[in-house]
Amino acid sequence: MNKIVAKERFSENVVKLVVEAPLIARSRKPGHFVIVICGERGERIPLTIAEADTVAGTITLIIQAVGESTRKICALEPGEFLTDVVGPLGRATKIEKYGTVVCAGGGVGVAPLLPIVRAMKEAGNRVISVLAARTKDLIILEKQVREYSDEVIIMTDDGSYGTKGLVTNGIEEVINRTDVNMVVTIGPAIMMKFVAELTRRYSVPTICSLNTIMVDGTGMCGACRITVDGKTRFVCVDGPEFDAHKVDFNEMMMRLRAYNPTKI
Amino acid sequence: MFEDSISPRDAQWREALRKEKSARERSATPRVKMTELAPDYRVTCSEEVNCGLTPAQAFTEAIRCLDCPDPQCVTGCPVGINIPGFIKNIERQNVVEALAVLKETSALPAVCGRVCPQEKQCESRCIYNKMKKDPVAIGYLERFAADNGVSDAPVVQPEPNGHKVAVVGSGPAGLSFAGDMVKRGYDVTVYEALHQIGGVLKYGIPEFRLPNSIVEREIDALAALGVKFIKDCVIGKTLSYDDLVNEGYEGIFVASGAGLPRFMGIPGENLIGVLSSNEYLTRINLMGAGHDGDTPVPVGRRVAVIGGGNTAMDSVRTARRMGAEKAMIVYRRSEAEMPARVEEVHHARQEGVEFLTLCNPVEYIADEKGAVRAMRVQRMELGEPDASGRRSPVAIPGAIDEVEVDLVIVSVGVSPNPLIPANFAGLDVTGRGTIAVDDNLRSSLHILFAGGDIVRGGATVILAMGDGRHAAASMHEQIQKQSKQS
Repeated sequence: MNKIVAKERFSENVVKLVVEAPLIARSRKPGHFVIVICGERGERIPLTIAEADTVAGTITLIIQAVGESTRKICALEPGEFLTDVVGPLGRATKIEKYGTVVCAGGGVGVAPLLPIVRAMKEAGNRVISVLAARTKDLIILEKQVREYSDEVIIMTDDGSYGTKGLVTNGIEEVINRTDVNMVVTIGPAIMMKFVAELTRRYSVPTICSLNTIMVDGTGMCGACRITVDGKTRFVCVDGPEFDAHKVDFNEMMMRLRAYNPTKI
Repeated sequence: MFEDSISPRDAQWREALRKEKSARERSATPRVKMTELAPDYRVTCSEEVNCGLTPAQAFTEAIRCLDCPDPQCVTGCPVGINIPGFIKNIERQNVVEALAVLKETSALPAVCGRVCPQEKQCESRCIYNKMKKDPVAIGYLERFAADNGVSDAPVVQPEPNGHKVAVVGSGPAGLSFAGDMVKRGYDVTVYEALHQIGGVLKYGIPEFRLPNSIVEREIDALAALGVKFIKDCVIGKTLSYDDLVNEGYEGIFVASGAGLPRFMGIPGENLIGVLSSNEYLTRINLMGAGHDGDTPVPVGRRVAVIGGGNTAMDSVRTARRMGAEKAMIVYRRSEAEMPARVEEVHHARQEGVEFLTLCNPVEYIADEKGAVRAMRVQRMELGEPDASGRRSPVAIPGAIDEVEVDLVIVSVGVSPNPLIPANFAGLDVTGRGTIAVDDNLRSSLHILFAGGDIVRGGATVILAMGDGRHAAASMHEQIQKQSKQS
């Protein structure tokens, strides 16, 4: 049982929870994720870790309500408990000094991007962050991202905040005016697919972080399998980060619809 | 043999019991038949298929055992149970003592009595086979004692010996190890990555073959002896090897089990509706999908399970219970080569499972939404024996059929779990990804021992339990030696 110590609602369907998990707070690195269960017979839901406080022994999770289980998690209030939290899982992000790094996040993808932005900055990179969402209210963690970025570009589909346009427009603008050595992108699968297509044209190495369907999250069930460079890979133990230019996004998007044919 | 047992062969009561009836009398009774739920009823629920023996059945079956002077059954048991010792206790109707004998060497008798392949182990060595008669139903009797011999007496915790050991994984190998070590006085902590204790006994083996309540009972018994269980803790991730050493553990037993499911690498294997048996069974058994759990599971009308092992049988029989109208085993060799237990194949057939033997899938075909709608299977014939000694399947050129399916469960084996090998510096790993160990199950890290599927690659519950016992004995010897030196 892991206690919720704080909660913040970012938008109607997006909630931030600060959860007691001292061992995970201590051992997690950027790129890692956890699996949480809400309720005795709850589903195992993979969530990326946005922040961790080793002193308070807490981790910060950002959850978007998309189905029954995530709605239950979003409804939890401080003082209540998640039934289980396990992690950190997956491989940590490879952080090194690349030069100029563009960190491009869409929607709640900005949550797992935040620790990478910070680590990239601390490793001596020039970090340009591109945050994108449908509309102003859905831009999250802007203040925190600004703290560790040399520059932040905001893109909204409806132009209600920042520049009107897609995340790819923001990235392309940066690539056209400066040398970019690495792009890290986290967001909806369709967004990452288009980022990958863009950066492939410019030959800029690109890492994406994938959030597939999982059950155990420890390399046992194979639900999270995807095709990378023609080979089957397991997101939970081989990922969650992969070379975005080699991921078969079409297959991944198809598999994401396995349990919900009407929504992505 | 078994001089240390609470029921040695030369015990007075056993000598007296042997004299009560002649071998002729004992062997005159036919082997007991297990009562089973009717197939048409059991496919509608997850109730246990085998009903267990009644006391009268068990007492009669126990008489059949001749209490041989050199019992060969014992040599067929990976954990070396004092088999005649527990059976003779059943004959004298002391079921509590019978269970106590089982518990001397087995941490999980109620589990073994249900899932061990006795026909290939203890029962295959029974003297009755030589007499051209059916062997004593050792497995049924083990289950009877385990289910009916639970004592009301308070549990006495062993005297602590002052040493701490850790176990990674709470499946059969880990539990068996924990049981042996706690009895020796060790302070034992078992770490489990999942949110429930029991490993494959919970996520893998279905309720109709091994009810979770039975597994819980065995775990509770270990907890009562003082074993500590910590769930939701991934060793190598949540806690590192150094963390464990700093916690003061003098020995670590890694039994992290099977890992990545294998796929065949054929076109269409990543379509919606194609999943591993691990995923299918975990969703249903561990997560309660299709019952009371929030977790979804695909429900197939026409289900193909690829493979011929016990996991394949578990999957196909589960699919029938989940409502499949047509549930098929697709296996590339013939039924004679199937690795599954004969009983499982028999039960599956009774439940209406179809067997497409000498068939190998070569491609899955999608509908417009990316979900599997058919599979193409290559017909095979048997050729020369291969490395496993079984006749190898050879494709018949051009003999390819298309079979309509809407759910495919791939059950062609697993690779070892990569988490520990990938996160423990200095740990030697074999080319297959298993942890390399010596004859005493010790790894290249001095205090780390390993057993079960993480060493074997893929084996049975009882072989994993045998490893647990073996590693416990080896680690105990090492720790005793070290503490004498210091």
